[in-house]
Amino acid sequence: MAMTMTQKILAVKAGKDAVAEGELIECGLDLVFGNEITAPVAIDEFYKMGVKGVFDQSKIALMPDHFTPNKDIAAAGLAKKMKEFAREMGIVHYFEVGRVGIEHAFLPEKGLIRPGDAIIGADSHTCTHGALGAFATGVGSTDMAAAMATGKAWFKVPEAIKVVIKGEKRPHVSGKDIILHLIGRLGVDGARYRSLEFTGNIGALTMDDRFTISNMAIEAGAKNGIFPVDAATIAYVKAHGGDVGVTYAADPDAVYTEEVVIDLDTMPITVAFPHLPENAHSIEDTEKMEIRIDQVVIGSCTNGRISDMRAAAEILKGHRVAEHVRCIIIPATQEIWKQCVNDGLMNIFVDAGAAVSTPTCGPCLGGHMGVLAEGEKCVSTTNRNFVGRMGHVGSEVYLASPAVAAASAVKGFICGPTSVL
Amino acid sequence: MICNGFVHKYGDHIDTDAIIPARMLNSFDPGFLAAHCMEDIDDAFTGRVKPGDIMVGGLNFGCGSSREHAPIALKASGISCVIAENFARIFFRNAINIGLPVMECPDAAKDAEMGDRIEADLDTGVIKNLTKGKSYTAVPFPAFMQEIIAAGGLVAHTKAKIKSE
Repeated sequence: MAMTMTQKILAVKAGKDAVAEGELIECGLDLVFGNEITAPVAIDEFYKMGVKGVFDQSKIALMPDHFTPNKDIAAAGLAKKMKEFAREMGIVHYFEVGRVGIEHAFLPEKGLIRPGDAIIGADSHTCTHGALGAFATGVGSTDMAAAMATGKAWFKVPEAIKVVIKGEKRPHVSGKDIILHLIGRLGVDGARYRSLEFTGNIGALTMDDRFTISNMAIEAGAKNGIFPVDAATIAYVKAHGGDVGVTYAADPDAVYTEEVVIDLDTMPITVAFPHLPENAHSIEDTEKMEIRIDQVVIGSCTNGRISDMRAAAEILKGHRVAEHVRCIIIPATQEIWKQCVNDGLMNIFVDAGAAVSTPTCGPCLGGHMGVLAEGEKCVSTTNRNFVGRMGHVGSEVYLASPAVAAASAVKGFICGPTSVL
Repeated sequence: MICNGFVHKYGDHIDTDAIIPARMLNSFDPGFLAAHCMEDIDDAFTGRVKPGDIMVGGLNFGCGSSREHAPIALKASGISCVIAENFARIFFRNAINIGLPVMECPDAAKDAEMGDRIEADLDTGVIKNLTKGKSYTAVPFPAFMQEIIAAGGLVAHTKAKIKSE
C-alpha cells in the first residue's frame, strides 16, 4: 500500500509494515521534550503514574525558554521545578539559561534531531523539526508525562496535503513569506489533523527557510510539516554533530487529499494582519495602507536563526530605527548570539538603535521583553497574531519576515526591504 | 454520564490564548486559571459561568498553543462539556487526556445560542437543546479513546496499563 513520508515513519515506529489514514497506532518515540511552562504540569502527572523513573534518560530534553531568564517569582518557581525534576531523574539533556536557546532553534543546533525520528514536544511548534525529515508534533503536558514514563504515544495516522515548491525565490522572499502565503491560501484550519508534505524544488530553500516553514505548519492546523531529506539536510545534521538517521521518502503513488503549488517566481513578500495568521496580504498592498507601528520584534522559534539576523542586519546597516519605534532583536540561541557578535551584526543592531535580548520566547506570547500596551501596533517575526497574544487585548500584531520587520522599524510604518535599500 | 447546563456560545477559531492568556501561564493552579478563563474575549464569562455549564464553539475550537492550561481552565471554571463544529487536534487530545468531555457536532454547535439549556449524554452522543426542543447526535469516539475516557484520562489509563504489564 502506498504511503506518504509521514505514514512511512509512523509505520516503522509502530512496528508495522504499513499504516492507513485514520488508523490509531502506538509509536515508540526517539525524543520527548518540554519547556518550563509545559513540563511542570507534566511532572505532576508523571508522579501520579507511580513509575520509578523515565523510560530513557537520554531521550528526554528539558529547556527553560518561555519566561526566562525568569520574569517573576512564579515563573522562577516553574523553572526550578523543572530543573529539580531533571536532576532527580538524571535527564541528560537539561540545559540552563546561558547554555540554552528557544527549544525549536536549539535542538537541531545541538544535533538532537535525527531525520526519520518520531518526536513529540509539549509545545505546539514542535512541528519545526519536520524540516529535518523527522515526524515531529506538538502535544500537551499529559501526553508528555505518559511518554516520559513509557517512551510511547498514540497517534491517529494523518492524511496529507502535498505542497509543491516551484521556481526560485525572488529577492528578499524568505521561508516566512512562503508559509504566510500558504496559510493565507489554506486558512488556519485548512490542514487540520493532516500532514503538510513539502516537495518539488526544495533545493531552492535554505535549511533556515525550511525550519520557518515547518514551524508554522501548526498555524494551518497541521499535525506536522515535513520536508524530504536531501544533501542540504545531511550537511546541516553533520555540521551540528548529529546522526544522519534514516531517510524515508513518500511512495511515488502516495495519495494526498489536496495538492497546492507554491510558485516562487511569482509569490509576493507577505504580511499576515491581525488577528489570524491566515489574513495574508502582499507587501505592495500593505505599503499602500501606511500602517504606523510602535514596535518591531525580530526573533522567536520561527525567525530567530542566523540567516534571520543577517537579513535584519542587511536592512538596518547604516540606518536608524524610526524615532517612534522600539526595535527588539532576539537571537534564538546562545550560539546564534555569539555568531551575531563575531560577524559584527551586534554593532549594526546597536548602532541602528535596536535593543538586543538574550534568547527567550518572551514577547511572542506576551510574557516579557516587549509586551504591548493598549492601541499599540507591532510588526513581529513570530508566529501568532491572536487577540492579546503579545500584550493588551487592544494591541495588534502583524506577522512578517525579518527583512520586512527591519525595514518597517526604519521607516516607522509597514513596508518592504526595497523602501530602505 | 449526562451533562446539563447553560450554553456559553463563541465563534470559530477560539484559540488557547483566548481561553487562557499566556501571561497567566506562570501558574498552573486550576483555581487561578479559572479566574482568568476567557477574560480577553469575554470579561463577563467568569462571573456568569455555573458548575455544569456547557461551552459551545464553531470551527477549529482550541487552535494555537499546546497549553494544557486551556482545558484545565475550562474544567476548573465548571464547564462540564465542550461542544463544537470541530476541534483543533492538540486541544482535542489534551481535553480527552485530562478528562474534559468534548463532543463534535456541527448542527448542535451552529444552532445553540448563548443561554440555551443543553443536555448532553456522553455515552450515547445524544445532545438535546432543551430551549430549542431539538435533538442531535455527536460524532462517536473511536473505541481506543473511549477506553481513555472510561479510565478517567490518560494518566489513569497509562498507570493501569503499566500495572498490567
